[in-house]
Amino acid sequence: MNNAMKKVRPAVAFMYAFLTLIALVSAFPFVWMALASTNKSVDIVRGRFFFGLNLLENWSALFSAYPMASSFLNSLRNAVVGTIVSLFVCSLAGYGFQVYRDKAKDRLMAVLLLSMMVPFASVMIPLFRMFSQAKLLNTTLGIILPSVSTAFLIFFFRQNSAGFPMEIVQAARVDGLSEFGIYLRIYVPVMAATFAAAAIIQFMGVWNNYLWPLIILLKKEAQTLPIMLVSITSGYTTDYGILMLAVTISTLPTVILFFTQQRRFVSGILGSVK
Amino acid sequence: MGRVKLERKYAVWGWLFVAPASLMIFILSFFPMIQAFILSLQSGRGNNLRFAGMRNYLRLLEDEQFRAAVCNVFTYLIIQVPIMLILALILATILNEQTLKLKGLFRTLVFLPCVAGLVSAATIFKSIFSIDGLVNIMLLKLHIITSPVSFLSDPVWAKAVIIIVITWRWTGYNTIFYLAGFQTIETSIYEAARIDGANAAQQFFKITMPLLRPVILLTTIMSTNGTLQIFDEVRTITGTSGGPGNATLTISQYIYNLSFLYSPQFGYAAAASYTILFMVAVLSFIQMKIGDKE
Repeated sequence: MNNAMKKVRPAVAFMYAFLTLIALVSAFPFVWMALASTNKSVDIVRGRFFFGLNLLENWSALFSAYPMASSFLNSLRNAVVGTIVSLFVCSLAGYGFQVYRDKAKDRLMAVLLLSMMVPFASVMIPLFRMFSQAKLLNTTLGIILPSVSTAFLIFFFRQNSAGFPMEIVQAARVDGLSEFGIYLRIYVPVMAATFAAAAIIQFMGVWNNYLWPLIILLKKEAQTLPIMLVSITSGYTTDYGILMLAVTISTLPTVILFFTQQRRFVSGILGSVK
Repeated sequence: MGRVKLERKYAVWGWLFVAPASLMIFILSFFPMIQAFILSLQSGRGNNLRFAGMRNYLRLLEDEQFRAAVCNVFTYLIIQVPIMLILALILATILNEQTLKLKGLFRTLVFLPCVAGLVSAATIFKSIFSIDGLVNIMLLKLHIITSPVSFLSDPVWAKAVIIIVITWRWTGYNTIFYLAGFQTIETSIYEAARIDGANAAQQFFKITMPLLRPVILLTTIMSTNGTLQIFDEVRTITGTSGGPGNATLTISQYIYNLSFLYSPQFGYAAAASYTILFMVAVLSFIQMKIGDKE
């Protein structure tokens, strides 16, 4: 027994050391970003690694020199509207595919799943031409439309609906509830946890999306946070305090969502993989 | 109402429920795919397009920028994906250890990078690796270098920084999948193996790896697809130009530049974009064949 313990110890110590190292590397960029946002750029390039007193100055410089407020509001609006519409469309489909399941719908679902293999890069040019003809450039609708309906979310809702009892549907029909009423009044509340997980993933996806907004947002007033971040860094000199404050503000909503909803976040990422 | 009539009514509702989402996928994903193919057979500037047959594809073969982009993407793919997936597998194995203390804290920290936006993550690393950034400050203070290294304008270092960002951002993400995979393995299998005298390495290669095969296949395909399309990190770190001497340029970035940065050559760009589709399809097929071997 004693011998076995002695043998195990170095391995266990190594395991903790390795894990601690990875944990530090994971957290470090966030910590550095937060600290830098409170410092002057000159102190940051000298390697200062403490909280500073320059947060308010960075804040006012950021909001006066860059369209920070409008970018933040644009990102927020796109993410909120995109999430709500997407959840409605995809949950309705997931519900339909499971509750009204038949061979034809299973086949349709299989075809829809193929769209997960379509690289966005190979559809973005026709999409841009389609959207510019439809006058959807620079609009919220234009931003969210390509990511509203995804096979990933439909399938996620369908798989999670498998546990939704058909008896409830039949009982509700006897009670005279309409088919849409069953979805809205019974399915949505019962599946709240699934909706929450899907909402977190979809919100983060739209919030962080860069390539598609970059393509269709040609007006400065419509630009989103990731686009603005890149425009701050592409100048000849970068003020790191201002830049890191902008990155912190862009990252904070997703970090808060993660810390408060970690379990749902994880189940959302996994989707229907089990 | 008769039973048949009711059944028919339910069927109509079922189709109504799945219709909006399905139509959107057809209109916004499958239809543009066909359009992109038709576009790839045309050439010209802007919206003045003429039928060109396979000429765009032939032109791609001799396009040095395109060749550089394909080479770069495959460099990222071959170096980054294995490192990341092995690291994620090791992390998941440790985090699944029953005796591990502070498990919740460690898991949270390992998962944390996957909430950062790709642009945010790349911006932070760009600052850390810049000429007056933290890495240079540290190396100077430790007297490892005598003058700052310009990581982002060196062809090899710029690639390395991009690989570091992608690995930082996506390792925790893949760990989540492996940890979920572990949940499906019964702990009694390991106990039985231990009684039979299997050591940790044997348990890993004889039990864990085979049982995780489907999840490993899934993460490999996802990472391959992601890397073939990589755009955000590279554009953020080395700008629109594609880095020093096209050293970091990716296929997506080249497509973007052809369509939206220079005077638009939609047909040619569509041909380049179809090569990504082709590569994704071929590589996924090969991976599935290898993954399903046994």
